[in-house]
Amino acid sequence: MKYRYLPMTWEDKKEMLAFLGIDSVEELFSDIPEKVRFKGELNIPQAMSEPEIVRYFNGLANKNVNSQDYAYFLGAGIYDHYIPSTVNHVISRSEFYTAYTPYQPEISQGELQAIFEFQTMICELTGMEVANSSMYDGPTAVAEAANLAVGGATGKKVLVSKAVHPEARSILKVNGKGQGYEVVEIDLKNGVTDLLALDEASDESTAAVIVQYPNFFGAIEDLRAIEEIAHRHKGLLVVSSNPLALGVLEPPGKFGADIVVGDAQPFGIPMQLGGPTCGYFSVKEKLMRKIPGRIVGQTKDQNGKRGYVLTLQAREQHIRREKATSNICSNQALNALAAAVAMTALGKHGVQEMALLNIQKTHYAKKKIAELGLEIPFSAPVFNEFVIKLPKSVGEVNRFLLKGKIVGGYDLGRDYPELAGHMLLAVTESRTKEEIDSLVKGLEGIIRG
Amino acid sequence: MVKEKEKALIFEMSKSGRFAYSLPECDVPEVDLTDVLPSDFIRETPAELPEVSELQLVRHYTELSNRNHGIDSGFYPLGSCTMKYNPKINEDVARYPGFAKIHPYQAEETIQGALELMYGLQTELEVITGMDYVTLQPAAGAQGEWTALMMIRAYHESRGEKRTKVIVPDTAHGTNPASASVAGLETVTISSNEMGGVNLEELRRVVGSDTAAFMMTNPSTLGLFEQQIVEIAEIVHAAGGLLYYDGANANAILGITRPGDMGFDVVHLNLHKTFTGPHGGGGPGSGPVGCKKELAPFLPAPLVVKDMDDSYRLDDERPDSIGRVKAYYGNFGINVRAYVYIRSMGPQGLRRVSEEAVLNANYMMRRLAPYYDLPYDQVCKHEFVLSGRRQKKLGVRTLDIAKRLLDFGYHPPTIYFPLIVEECMMIEPTETESKETLDEFIEVMIQIAREAEENPEIVQEAPHHTVVTRLDEVTAARKPILRYKR
Repeated sequence: MKYRYLPMTWEDKKEMLAFLGIDSVEELFSDIPEKVRFKGELNIPQAMSEPEIVRYFNGLANKNVNSQDYAYFLGAGIYDHYIPSTVNHVISRSEFYTAYTPYQPEISQGELQAIFEFQTMICELTGMEVANSSMYDGPTAVAEAANLAVGGATGKKVLVSKAVHPEARSILKVNGKGQGYEVVEIDLKNGVTDLLALDEASDESTAAVIVQYPNFFGAIEDLRAIEEIAHRHKGLLVVSSNPLALGVLEPPGKFGADIVVGDAQPFGIPMQLGGPTCGYFSVKEKLMRKIPGRIVGQTKDQNGKRGYVLTLQAREQHIRREKATSNICSNQALNALAAAVAMTALGKHGVQEMALLNIQKTHYAKKKIAELGLEIPFSAPVFNEFVIKLPKSVGEVNRFLLKGKIVGGYDLGRDYPELAGHMLLAVTESRTKEEIDSLVKGLEGIIRG
Repeated sequence: MVKEKEKALIFEMSKSGRFAYSLPECDVPEVDLTDVLPSDFIRETPAELPEVSELQLVRHYTELSNRNHGIDSGFYPLGSCTMKYNPKINEDVARYPGFAKIHPYQAEETIQGALELMYGLQTELEVITGMDYVTLQPAAGAQGEWTALMMIRAYHESRGEKRTKVIVPDTAHGTNPASASVAGLETVTISSNEMGGVNLEELRRVVGSDTAAFMMTNPSTLGLFEQQIVEIAEIVHAAGGLLYYDGANANAILGITRPGDMGFDVVHLNLHKTFTGPHGGGGPGSGPVGCKKELAPFLPAPLVVKDMDDSYRLDDERPDSIGRVKAYYGNFGINVRAYVYIRSMGPQGLRRVSEEAVLNANYMMRRLAPYYDLPYDQVCKHEFVLSGRRQKKLGVRTLDIAKRLLDFGYHPPTIYFPLIVEECMMIEPTETESKETLDEFIEVMIQIAREAEENPEIVQEAPHHTVVTRLDEVTAARKPILRYKR
């Protein structure tokens, strides 16, 4: 087998061994005790040539239903959006994608400036003062926000709305166990956080109140009322937000949120089975030195020329070790770059326009489905998702829709037993009227059939 | 790298009336926004995002890329980061619509190819590490560490034991103690012996009924294989603790030894290091965790399983699982790349990877030894450390040497880590670099050592040929400017 990634020739090897005064590479492993040596050959498939790789992986890829061939009405945290062609071209520049973390700023100004711009864009959208360079994803950013809030509080209780993404709540609970704080889930009313229940659960031991905006059901939470409850007992208000929605919605910063997190996947990042995406993390200035992860700051070089560096590193694990604000090291830098390119491409008007298209198409679909006589159980205003009640199981309906090249919505019964038979539909700008009409027709078939 | 004037920010190029996007006209009957949204929730002031044309966008980011150094730009011997070549085919495959355009909540029967890929990767990583199970969920190495520590906690608790301490050597990556803290465990740091290995006496002294785990990187961050590994495993296990393998340095051991055979109970790998997921300027990575069967009940849910009928599914019925550590199924796109790499290399190729990485490192170490101090004079694995203390006496610090390397088009080694080596330089050449590249780098390092003696200013004032000179990091931290403001 020829290995195109391994440049060492027999001659090179001979020269290097001779220089080292040894006969074989084996001698370089003499420090590994015989007892723990691996004998024989790893039991994995033999190497494939490049054409074989292409054939094999194409075969695997072709077994998957994908959004190039099917109309997706599935969201629940990951969405099929327009990705400007420029995004892939920029992130395919290997000066970006084959670089490490920009610890040597003199030869990393490109990455550092791009991230500085990303931080600015996130601040603009969320209405916050400081943003970091990215987190693993939106759901883990929710948990990091709780960790931050509890770290600075006397109370060890975190209130989280049940309308926050179920996976974010699941990750939050694992973090709570690790860090020793209590996670209390707040019930819902009409598909939004029950304000009375939130008020009752909130007390002096509440370090944070976490809500999602728009929430998991697509609905817009009353941030004004929630802010008042969260701050009454000096807890922090954490809002997890779809940044695209903030093209049209008032940003959480405007309602007094202390931490705004979320996932930038709607901006330039393909669905790719849910990962990698790009979590973002933004805060009010007073929390700047408690933020997890890497932050880029502007400074000057010795000649007074503007430049960028990783800064406030005294928070981070490689400096503070066990006292760090988080253990995060690798983040999602390349996807932050993708999101920055997409936010640049869309720009001030495109983000609004795309968000508006989502609202228009969603409300068209909602109206058409309501006209079929299907129940739309919740009445709160929505962005690009809404809930419908089906006469049959969600799985059955989706199998039927799939035959018409439609990937249907999310089965809410998975996480909310009381919502068995309820489907969460997402209608992005990528869906055409024709596709929406064919979804409606498919649902009509279900009702009639 | 082009020397040029100050680079404008994208916001400074912005001009109202320019566009770099193309969205279709609305094809559905429109509603009035105020009819569907409460008026006080409709955004009043738009986010100030850039307004540029498509060419301006492309040129901006191209200019930025020209101000960045990647592996494709030049040699990148950054220790413990395994900056090896990132194959182009990996990038192609990860972009196939069948991988890039699939949703995590699609029905399992519609993503059989993706699940098969994940199952294959899980299985092959089990073989490579000698572990019984692997989860692909953790997003990166640090998250893998934390996942594994939460599993270790759950394991001890399931046996009715409260064990709160995690022991790490003083050469450990900073993420090890940080992950322990996030898992609610306390870190105990032990010193290294004069050979760079674990101080066994100290280990014996600190292990006990409160030991949850001992975390080790093997080979260590000094690039040295821990020869006392068998004894260490015995000591830790005798005390009822578990042994954790930090896989950051797995590039040295593929097909040569396996954590499972060394006595480790749980391991994380960095697929973006050993298995060529690109580093992406800091991520995304992927940090799968492998474990022995005793720990399997606690793995995060779901796992990919294969049924009797050769179909694949996500197994969520895991009552003792620690729960979820990351949304969906991990960084699938990175896992695709890693799997393409493993299938491209095969068992013999992977073994050659480690052999040649180790030969390259030893060759460089011995060639540089006359010019820089070699704190651990023994055979190294895939990386080695040098000390710049000889140069420091001449007024040239390791930082200066690193900056001087920039002038020659190299990314410097990892510096000032591990913390126990004065003026440390940690060099990892990887197996994908040619002997010519190693020789050229060695010559430059020798030249810099000479400069330190004969013309220290040129090193102290470096870099001379980069787009900016050394940056004021102190002011950056004291008076932080973290975003652009008009």
